[in-house]
Amino acid sequence: MDLENQKRVKDLAEKYGPENVVVLLGAAEGEAAGLAAETVTAGDPTFAGPLAGVQLGLTVYHICEDEIKAEVDPGVYDEQISMMEMVMDVDDIHNEMSSVRDEFCKYL
Amino acid sequence: MAILDGKKVIIIGDRDGIPGPAIEACAKTAGADVVYSSTECFV
Repeated sequence: MDLENQKRVKDLAEKYGPENVVVLLGAAEGEAAGLAAETVTAGDPTFAGPLAGVQLGLTVYHICEDEIKAEVDPGVYDEQISMMEMVMDVDDIHNEMSSVRDEFCKYL
Repeated sequence: MAILDGKKVIIIGDRDGIPGPAIEACAKTAGADVVYSSTECFV
């Protein structure tokens, strides 16, 4: 995750309280989604950014996961997401995301 | 319990996946309060 976004995530989690914040990702692949999820839960795995060593434990989902899809207006989802969803490995993304959530999320 | 309804939502979209504004449009329909939205580029 780029450094500016890490800083914004850190500041917003402090401002609103980490228990009130949910992060939604749009990464194209499971590995990238997992790394971003790890960054906002366990801290920056590359130790380069403001979240290095900061375990926010935020709730994090990918927009294509069933849990999120179930809460979103189906017409809007269809219009905005479904084209890209078809070319993404949603199962792989879900597996990566749920393993990070199980291990590091503090507010589920 | 709802995941998004009433929550402060941070969106990290991806230029090669789902961009921020598309996620934002969806999250708002679920009652989320979008406090930040960006689109990353992993190149």
